[in-house]
Amino acid sequence: MPRQKNDILQGTLVLLVLRTLADQGRMHGYAITSHIQYVSADLLRVEEGSVCPALHRMTEDGWLRAEWGLTDRNREARFYTITTAGRRQLAEEEASWTRLRTGVQRVLRRA
Amino acid sequence: MKNKDLDREKQFHLEERAAELEAAGYSPEDAQAEARRRFGTPKPMAPPEPKRRPTMTFDQFVQDVRFTLRSLRRNAAFAIFATLIAGLGIGATTTVFSVAHALILRPLPFAEPDRLVWMPNRDTGGLSAQTTQVAHMLDLRARTQTMTGIGGFFAFYGVGDQVLTGAGDAERLSGVPVTDNFFDVLGVRPAYGRTFNADETRWQGSPAVILSDGLWRRRFAADPGVVGRRITLNDDPYLVVGILPAEFDFATVFAPGNRFDLFLPFPLAPETSRWGNTMSMVGRLKPGVPVAAAQAEVRAIAEELTRSHTDRNSFVGVVKPLTEKVAGGMRTAVWVLTGAVAAVMLIVCANLSNLLLARTASRQREMAIRMAMGAGRRRLVAQMLTEGLVLALGGAAVGVGLAWVGTAALAQQNAVSIAMLSSVRLDPVALGFGLGLAVLTGILFGLAPALQAPDLALHGTLKDSSRGATEGRERRYVRSALVVAEITFACVLLVGAGLLVRSFMRVLDVPLGFDPVRASTIRVDPDGRITTPEQTDAYYNDVLTAARAIPGIQAAGITDALPFGRNRTWGIWAQGQADERGPVTSAYIRIVSDGYFAAMGVPLLAGRDFSSLDLSTTERVAIVNRTLAQRIWPNSDPLGQTLVKLCGQAATRVIGVAGDVRHLSPEQPSGGELYLPMRQCRQVSSADLVLRSDLPAAQLAATVRSSLRPLIPSIGGNEFRGVQQLLDKSVSPRRFLVWLLGGFAVFAVVLASIGTYALISYSVNQRTREIGIRMALGASAREVQLGIIRQTLALAAIGLVLGTAGAWALARAIRGLLFDVTPGDPWTFAAMAGVLLAVAAVAGYVPARRASSTDPL
Repeated sequence: MPRQKNDILQGTLVLLVLRTLADQGRMHGYAITSHIQYVSADLLRVEEGSVCPALHRMTEDGWLRAEWGLTDRNREARFYTITTAGRRQLAEEEASWTRLRTGVQRVLRRA
Repeated sequence: MKNKDLDREKQFHLEERAAELEAAGYSPEDAQAEARRRFGTPKPMAPPEPKRRPTMTFDQFVQDVRFTLRSLRRNAAFAIFATLIAGLGIGATTTVFSVAHALILRPLPFAEPDRLVWMPNRDTGGLSAQTTQVAHMLDLRARTQTMTGIGGFFAFYGVGDQVLTGAGDAERLSGVPVTDNFFDVLGVRPAYGRTFNADETRWQGSPAVILSDGLWRRRFAADPGVVGRRITLNDDPYLVVGILPAEFDFATVFAPGNRFDLFLPFPLAPETSRWGNTMSMVGRLKPGVPVAAAQAEVRAIAEELTRSHTDRNSFVGVVKPLTEKVAGGMRTAVWVLTGAVAAVMLIVCANLSNLLLARTASRQREMAIRMAMGAGRRRLVAQMLTEGLVLALGGAAVGVGLAWVGTAALAQQNAVSIAMLSSVRLDPVALGFGLGLAVLTGILFGLAPALQAPDLALHGTLKDSSRGATEGRERRYVRSALVVAEITFACVLLVGAGLLVRSFMRVLDVPLGFDPVRASTIRVDPDGRITTPEQTDAYYNDVLTAARAIPGIQAAGITDALPFGRNRTWGIWAQGQADERGPVTSAYIRIVSDGYFAAMGVPLLAGRDFSSLDLSTTERVAIVNRTLAQRIWPNSDPLGQTLVKLCGQAATRVIGVAGDVRHLSPEQPSGGELYLPMRQCRQVSSADLVLRSDLPAAQLAATVRSSLRPLIPSIGGNEFRGVQQLLDKSVSPRRFLVWLLGGFAVFAVVLASIGTYALISYSVNQRTREIGIRMALGASAREVQLGIIRQTLALAAIGLVLGTAGAWALARAIRGLLFDVTPGDPWTFAAMAGVLLAVAAVAGYVPARRASSTDPL
């Protein structure tokens, strides 16, 4: 099966998750993936298999706080909120993303 | 926990997606499959950072442990054997550590024990020389600047001096008279009640008693209400003022091997000062004052006191840490035991290491496969170390169990008079020590095989079959070195144990000067109904008559000082000697009845025995021992000589000379001894009846008790002991050491022989092909056998040479523990060499026989 082109670029997942949580507040993992997909109008599809471990790793790094709670359909899910450290990380990731994007664009224009 | 969270979360995602898809029209099965597909493959949680060095993760460790357990289960015999050996080693080591901990390392069970000092009058000699007169003690108390308090106890307390009557059977109890502040100085507070007050500690003050925890539980059902009640001791009422806490064990610190039930007040008064040297003193240093400073001060004060009070006994004044007094005699012994058990543990490690090595070698194929499958060198080493650890921890489980049993057994050795032995227990420190030891040994004996494993694996991959190959030179060298080390340590232990066993036998062979076999004793003190000297004399006559009338009794006598028990010394003045103002010498005093010499088996060398007619109205008489006679009258006949100022009498005539008796211990010579008749000298503190009979003690006890009951109603509470028991108790510390060290030595030899056997039989197995070829080429079975035995003996010989050197050094270190045996005792060394060579020969012969039956085809 050919790889889909709209897979998330390695390294940007953290940025997207942090941005989503910074805007939306408390969310569970499934809602985060759905949100990213929805906001990007299906341009970006997050492979859920990589979201869960990423969320856990980010929690361990102290960027997110996780807790078990109930969804509006009364199902148990792990809810995430962004921490202060997470916001700091977000700022950094955004800056580096901007740098990367600018760089890539410059290269593309020359080519 | 983390993984569980992750799984739950993943499950939630799948279910949400499936629900969504189902809502969009998928069938439930398709929805789930699609959800799973979209979920994709989970990425590793944290991709390893490329810069980090690969280390062993916990998962790998768990995997290794599982694998080890699996492979050990397949090889149960090996696993059980290795675990048992490790267990025995760890058990023995932990037990000895507990002993060392209790005897030497752990602080005494008092408040701030490092500030407590023991203050004997002099450092040597009998109890009289070590104790101090009350007047000196009072003056010292008043003048000392280095100590906050000086307390003491009456050193001539009698074991079994107090008869408790009242509810229940009459019972003979042991009490210690102590000074007013004794418990305060030690920092011991009664669990209930109080210590003695001023009214109770003055001369002829109100009778009061403090109970030990043991007696309180045994006789008074642990009822705190007993405080304030009166109990009857020796027919007099005593007020119970306090009960001591269970942690306070007077005996284990000050008089090991005894049991004390109560404490009585000892008045520090002119009256008690007149008794002479009586006090054993304990002092508490002011904070920060070194022992040396207190020593200097006490010595100066003592010197001054002796000079200014010529009417008092001399006072030297020694100060040393209380711990030193308690551990004193056993210190070397405990270090020897510690060294011995360390050697045993090293042998255990060498042995297990060798076993694991042999196992590793037979797993070449497995190693090769594992390496081919991608296991790194690091991983193989980890695996082998894990095997060692798992075995060692199994051993630790066995060992801790053994140590638990061992320490409990040791703590209950009431018959062994070693200070603090009863406080030996498996505490957390000892447990930690045992576990730490297990881990250390696991690494130690897992290390050699671990380092060889990767090489082996390589070896295995290069060669399709290693059947024909003989062992690599280097590897054989390691294994041989381990066996040589085992033999060396076994050799050192054997010599050490041998020397101590021989010393012990020499001690038992010492002519004691009396005959403990067939002699037995029971307490027969007169009770409160007997007051006047006439009544006392009549009572002793009755007791002796009744005892001698018992069928099977050959002799009976009474003494106030049994061998290995109490002793006291008096100054001796002799008429016609140069200086009649001062004593010419001192002697141990025994006050005895007629018939005592015959009953105890002490030979009378000249003159006559006391008779029942040596009364206070007749001429005062005494019997001296040979040493005293020679000391006072080296050139003249002692018979008929006169001693003066003895037992308050102007003149006492010497009527007999008795043989020397080893009264202090079998290891110490007698010194001067002087016997006085009971009916003339009344300073009798206790009365023990000594009986000589061929009848067994058990049978005798009942008859003796029933014959004496009319005279002594409470006799049922008195212990009937063989004199041999007294001797056994006196040599018990030595026996204790001999047994432990002997046990270690035997264990070491067994381990060394197993190690040798394992090595030789392994090398024979490896050489099967070579031996077959040799035999096919005409070597006889005998030649093959000889070759292998020679190989074994060569190893043993190297071990012996090294071991002899080690043993020689050890023997010098333990010189102080030897008795009548030189450290270089040729018999011991020769016997050790003989035993080890014989063991090695057997260990080599068995595989050699098997090898020689190899079929050349």
